[in-house]
Amino acid sequence: MFQPWQTFPRLIRNRMKSRMSMKCTNKLPVIFPPLVIRYYRFFSCRTHPPSSIFQLQYGDSVLTLRQPWPIVEQFLKGLEPGSVGLDVGCGNGKYLAVNREVFIVASDRSANLAQIAQKHQPHSTIIADILHLPHPDSFFDFAISIAVVHHLSTPERRVQAIREILRTLKPATEDSPGGRALIYAWALEQKSSRRGWDKGDPQDIMVPWVMKGTTSADAPSNEPKVFHRFYHLYKESELQQDINKAGGHVLESGYEKDNWWAIATRINPGSP
Amino acid sequence: MKLITVNFLTCAVKGCKTAAASYPLHFRDAELELQELEFQPEFILNIIPRIDWEALRVMANELGFPKIPDTKPEGDALKDEQLLKELHRLLLETQVVEGRLCCGNCGHEYMIKEGIANFLLPSHLGLIFLSVKLVLDFADPAQSKYTKV
Repeated sequence: MFQPWQTFPRLIRNRMKSRMSMKCTNKLPVIFPPLVIRYYRFFSCRTHPPSSIFQLQYGDSVLTLRQPWPIVEQFLKGLEPGSVGLDVGCGNGKYLAVNREVFIVASDRSANLAQIAQKHQPHSTIIADILHLPHPDSFFDFAISIAVVHHLSTPERRVQAIREILRTLKPATEDSPGGRALIYAWALEQKSSRRGWDKGDPQDIMVPWVMKGTTSADAPSNEPKVFHRFYHLYKESELQQDINKAGGHVLESGYEKDNWWAIATRINPGSP
Repeated sequence: MKLITVNFLTCAVKGCKTAAASYPLHFRDAELELQELEFQPEFILNIIPRIDWEALRVMANELGFPKIPDTKPEGDALKDEQLLKELHRLLLETQVVEGRLCCGNCGHEYMIKEGIANFLLPSHLGLIFLSVKLVLDFADPAQSKYTKV
């Protein structure tokens, strides 16, 4: 009698393995995206799924592929030596290597990423939530938050995140222009990119990230893992509007490599 | 975590930000380690004006470093390379590997593991924020329109 597992043992085993490695939350976005977006909204201020539900082994492939963006480099290199600032949502800390004459307190919500970012000297890394930053008010000379606010799933939380960043900045006085924040968010208008979104497409989406060659012990190797992450794709001038709502003043803004960016200051110390 | 970092940190709880007791945070059971780093006098010179000296002294006393000047070194005192080297050692090379950071206002303790302090708040401290958000999110019908990818 024909026994498939005798004839194609490897095929069957691989099937089984892939079934087992597919946790239920992994599949949800494909089947019913609104439910997953609900999930993110329910666990307010979660940008990454909780690790107990789905083990994210960030660090090596997913988030390190992107090259540093020229505007960010320019912003960081233009800072005065001895400036003290923040990198909110530092990821693997690639911007910490740009300028060694300033001091940056980098923070990320993911402990794995914070661990990787820690190697950059002379800066310091902590684990923190963008909505509850453990920094004093009105102190810092600069802040960057690159590709972070677009992970928050409601308009209120995105504005709240920007307000929290602005709160830490030095307000402008008669002698000094005050602290500046550089904020980047993924653009909806990116027709020429690999993803190919453009005006009129949905803005709240789950974006699949394929991780190749995972080395974690619990996953079968050589099998790409797919993670879905929440993104809010920013429309033209939406970032500026959010900054204004958060009590900020946009000094400069623009579009670079499928992203909207803006450099902002605080309007007055009272508002943020 | 470098000791200089504490100068730029306060409690993550919203209500503590305005309370004077929340700054600086206090170390508990700190396990110190020296990690050598290239000495750059300019960096120390540039960073000194940004240091809250009183907070630095409080921290240094609590950790048992006795040799901190009473006031922030200025002018000629900064030409003393030995002083700069000592500050370099204290601020950048001395790391807290394990321990806790405690808020003097609310008493909440933040764990430090493998040299990284974790400032994520437990759910009960973020709860008021969360519950208000939830009510608002679910009460507003305009919010519930989502598109499939």
